[in-house]
Amino acid sequence: MIETRDLWVRFGPVAAVRGLTLRAEAGGWTALIGPNGAGKTSALRALAGLAAYDGEVLLDGRDARRLGRRAVARLVAYVPQKPETPAALTVAEYVLLGRTPHIAYLGGEGRRDREAATQALRRLELERFAERPLGSLSGGELQRAVLARALAQAAAVLLLDEPTTALDLGRQQLVLDLVDALRGDGLTVVTTMHDLTLAGQYAERLVLLNEGSVVAEGTAADVLSAPNVATHYGANVRVVEDEAGVFVFPVRR
Amino acid sequence: MTATAERAEAAPRVEARGVGLRAGLVTVAFLLAALLVGLAVGPVHVGIGSIVRSALSYVPFLHVHQPLDAVDRAVLWQVRAPRVALAGLVGGMLAVAGASYQGVFRNPLCDPYLLGVAGGAGLGATLAIVYASAAATGSSWTVPLAAFAGAIAAVVVTYALGRSAGATHMTGALVLAGVTMATFTAAVQTFVQQQHTQQLQNVYAWLLGGFSTATWRDVAICAPYVAVSSLVLVLHRRVLDVLSLGDDEAASLGMDVARARLAIVVAATLGTAAAVSVSGLIAFVGIIVPHTIRLLVSTSYRAVVPLSLVAGAGFLVVTDVVARTVLSPAELPIGVVTAFLGAPFFAVVLRTARGVR
Repeated sequence: MIETRDLWVRFGPVAAVRGLTLRAEAGGWTALIGPNGAGKTSALRALAGLAAYDGEVLLDGRDARRLGRRAVARLVAYVPQKPETPAALTVAEYVLLGRTPHIAYLGGEGRRDREAATQALRRLELERFAERPLGSLSGGELQRAVLARALAQAAAVLLLDEPTTALDLGRQQLVLDLVDALRGDGLTVVTTMHDLTLAGQYAERLVLLNEGSVVAEGTAADVLSAPNVATHYGANVRVVEDEAGVFVFPVRR
Repeated sequence: MTATAERAEAAPRVEARGVGLRAGLVTVAFLLAALLVGLAVGPVHVGIGSIVRSALSYVPFLHVHQPLDAVDRAVLWQVRAPRVALAGLVGGMLAVAGASYQGVFRNPLCDPYLLGVAGGAGLGATLAIVYASAAATGSSWTVPLAAFAGAIAAVVVTYALGRSAGATHMTGALVLAGVTMATFTAAVQTFVQQQHTQQLQNVYAWLLGGFSTATWRDVAICAPYVAVSSLVLVLHRRVLDVLSLGDDEAASLGMDVARARLAIVVAATLGTAAAVSVSGLIAFVGIIVPHTIRLLVSTSYRAVVPLSLVAGAGFLVVTDVVARTVLSPAELPIGVVTAFLGAPFFAVVLRTARGVR
């Protein structure tokens, strides 16, 4: 479980996140949505301990600041929107780097690390690619390798910044289905997402941010109303709701 | 699906490639061959068998008969051996420091002189040559010491300058600060040099670098720094792989990026400064050796760092042999040879590796 209390992230005089209080339960999927510049990525980076913040981030009830960097990395895995994927590293080598918080500073991987990496590869059906260089993978395969690295970290919380950017429709669903399946193993998932329909389909709780503050939160049906999207995104949309979920369609003005 | 593919799927090989047995053996063999050639070749030819037996005769309890007379022994062990040893130490250090800088700054064009080591050492050496010898107080220690101090001072200023830009932009700022420092020290160095044209020859000879005056004392000055620095860098080989993911992702994996970077930069800089202070400025080794390893073996720093150390040592020993034999008894500046041999070699490696990858 991960939660924030009155979280502020500032860049000089500008506050990107203003007093965010958030609670993501174990095994849940929370999606941070909102227009560009709403503070989604800044909030996620603060959760990962990568951005300086005021307020509190609690991991299983413990203050993240007191835990130290390595301990946080054993509890929280973070995947940025555009991960660095050195082209010549093999998939196996890349996934093994996910074990870093479990390995001594100048140490090497042990049997347990190799097992954890092997399991992560298997979970994301990447065994075939283990010895292939990252540079030879397609976009969808690469995103799976990135997820495998995060999974090898064996953290309880998975933070994903825009996990489906640059993927086609089928690959987007594939990646999100995989994340959803990982949730079944007890992983807490927090993602930022641009695609509101997909966010509503996969996350059980949506948090709509604008100018750093929460302006709406709840289920897709609560948050994804046409007036909400119009007000906070400045977008003209039609929202259709049926038994399969809530669908947000852009409509030309 | 073929049987092999099925087997591969059943048990994927999940490990980091590292040095590998074949690459390791080939590189060590290259270094040993280079050392033997370095000892054998010269105006006085000594056979490889005699070199080995002469070396073994110094090992107690082996009772190997010393095959060389006193003159040959002196040439071999007092003139040639320190020169070969020093070239090996300097070459290994420059190559391993270059590889580490390239990793820390995630920039393939970084060389060990990036943060102002060369400029600082050049300025320090110039000041020592011009003023200490003018005052006739200079001992043989003065120039290396001044070069070492100049190198360290320049890098400390560069680091302080780069740090002031803040943690988020530190890598870029450090590179720019290094360029600033190099330009500034070069300006001062040129000015001093122009004011004392009678010493131009000496300054120029130092700047070009070389091992013609190498003694066991130079080896003793340089060896501890090279040993400690390269040990620290080799121990950081996995850390360098983690840093290749960028500052943010390395930090999200629990790495204290600023501390790791500082440890690597300090080790690489101290070693480079010590190497430069006894050898002068030898270009190209720190770029060509790591890149050759990357192209032929692996881009993982677990392979690049240790293999650069060994291959760099062998490379500079061979280069030094060429520098002192081509125009014998005159000597070519070794920097000319590293570039002259290195550039075409690198071009060949680039061309042949293209087909493999």
